[in-house]
Amino acid sequence: MTDLRITDTTLRDGSHAMAHQFTEQQVRDVVGVLDRAGVQVIEVTHGDGLGGSSFNYGFSGTDELTLIRAAVEEAERARIAVLLLPGVGTITDLKRAHDIGARVARIATHCTEADVSIQHFGAARDLGMETVGFLMLSHRIGPEELAKQARIMADAGCQGVYVVDSAGALLPDDARARVEALVAELGEDAQVGLHGHQNLSLGVANSLAAYQAGARQIDGTLCALGAGAGNSPTEVLVAAFDRMGVDTGLDLTETLGAAAEVALPFITRLPWADRSSIVQGHSGVYSSFLLHAERAAARYGVPSHEILRKVGEHGYVGGQEDMIIDIAIQLAAQSSDVKAGSA
Amino acid sequence: MTKAKAAIVGPGNIGTDLLAKLRRSELVEVSAMVGVDPESDGLARARELGIEASAEGVDWLLSQAELPDLVFESTSARAHAANAVRYADAGIRAVDLTPAAVGPFACPPVNLGQHLEAPNVNMITCGGQATIPMVHAVSRVTPVSYAEIVASIASRSAGPGTRANIDEFTETTANGIETVGGADKGKAIIVLNPVDPPMIMRDTVFCAIDPDADTGAITDSIHRMIEEVRRYVPGYRLKADPQFDEPRADWGGKARVAVFLEVRGNGDYLPEWAGNLDIMTAAAARTGELLAEHIISKEGVA
Repeated sequence: MTDLRITDTTLRDGSHAMAHQFTEQQVRDVVGVLDRAGVQVIEVTHGDGLGGSSFNYGFSGTDELTLIRAAVEEAERARIAVLLLPGVGTITDLKRAHDIGARVARIATHCTEADVSIQHFGAARDLGMETVGFLMLSHRIGPEELAKQARIMADAGCQGVYVVDSAGALLPDDARARVEALVAELGEDAQVGLHGHQNLSLGVANSLAAYQAGARQIDGTLCALGAGAGNSPTEVLVAAFDRMGVDTGLDLTETLGAAAEVALPFITRLPWADRSSIVQGHSGVYSSFLLHAERAAARYGVPSHEILRKVGEHGYVGGQEDMIIDIAIQLAAQSSDVKAGSA
Repeated sequence: MTKAKAAIVGPGNIGTDLLAKLRRSELVEVSAMVGVDPESDGLARARELGIEASAEGVDWLLSQAELPDLVFESTSARAHAANAVRYADAGIRAVDLTPAAVGPFACPPVNLGQHLEAPNVNMITCGGQATIPMVHAVSRVTPVSYAEIVASIASRSAGPGTRANIDEFTETTANGIETVGGADKGKAIIVLNPVDPPMIMRDTVFCAIDPDADTGAITDSIHRMIEEVRRYVPGYRLKADPQFDEPRADWGGKARVAVFLEVRGNGDYLPEWAGNLDIMTAAAARTGELLAEHIISKEGVA
């Protein structure tokens, strides 16, 4: 038994930074090396979960089922997880993933909407899958309210609930308070996890704080590959937890090799805390909106960080990528009004 | 002018809003509100308006000497599945606002003309009523190989039924985009947003179109369809002109038109931001009127 389980989501959250263009070979290479390093759970799905391939979120270069199947074939010890956002993917999608060997179902909702996941947890448990719940944009509500939502998931059959910092907006004290509230609420009923982002460069610090508060599942990605400024880097998590004396079960040398020799060479865009992603962390904006904002910025000639700031003001939640275009159109119209007025 | 007589079965928020809309109708007269709970607020509200209201359910409705021409059902899929055959046997036309889908999908400005004789029509979903007219507006001008809709609604407007069956929404809406909207393949996404004050329903419609499609004709068709829907949902509007994007390799070489909609409800009984609920009751009321018009003209009552 390890002290802590690190789930690697390079091949799911990293899909955002790769514009959902992972190849089957990249999946095989990453799963192979993570499996050798001792990772127990590896998530492989379109960035927006099963069924995410779309105009709104970006079409997958390779069908996610092809990628999931390759991951299952490659993994000797690790189990393959899939993400599902109710409202985007369906139980039919989950069954297809289970049929080809996915064994962990991670069901994600906005932090106030846990009850839309009840049917999906039930279906996942009926399939015999391990279940994990994702309360996204967890910074938007307080610890006690978040704990009530976690209870809804646990009662629906969820075995581990994550505080998901989708905007990379939590400070270590915020992360600690939320994990403590969930641990107090869930007790032995479900584990607690933390999924961090680096928009304020706090993913790893928040993960350490979460562990101290009782979290026993932590997410990471190789080279931080993920939405916004990226995720807590798996290789840094392993090193930092090792220094803390916490056994993750991962081999540090293998994990460092996975990041440097397997992931880094194929990464087309290494996430970093650039202007737009810092705005995301500061304004509490869903990290996956970053590339969509950049595309809309290029299409409509308005700055992406301005778009993201507006997205934060409107309180848009994960899934509302279409509203990025809507805001870009409005900003472009305003700026042409200004130009016309000054002419 | 003679009106068709109608009953509303299901006195909840939807049934009450529908009643408010139908009271303005020149073609449909609501003669009864039917529920199963004597304590129902909706039945009390109907009585206050002078509408006969019963908590004795469909048994009561069907035992009346004079049966309605139409029944609007806003109960649950399970209840409607049980009641539908009884309405049909009694010769009462049913407008089904539940997900039961006993009868064909109906979207008033798109395909209701084909179903004027159907004993039972289904109102699809709120997202379907909001977006299928736009998919059809594009597909009647140019082939649509794929259409995708994103419906964003206020959390407070999503009732327990929607929350417990969110897959049903995405699957039914996708089906309607294909069979009624005319896309070869459809996809639907729904997002619940808890922001306060509540957000007005937003819908985005993406259609994959050929690179040489006539964008002027598409835009014109969309504007005409907006006016059609506004006849029964005055708060239905474009947030921006239709947006055309150049073909892309990752879109299979297709170009794209994107339509950004806002659906503000009429604020009859339901709040204005609940455009998703309003467009269901408004579409049902419109459907009822078109069916009534057909019944009246056929019987030559007028």
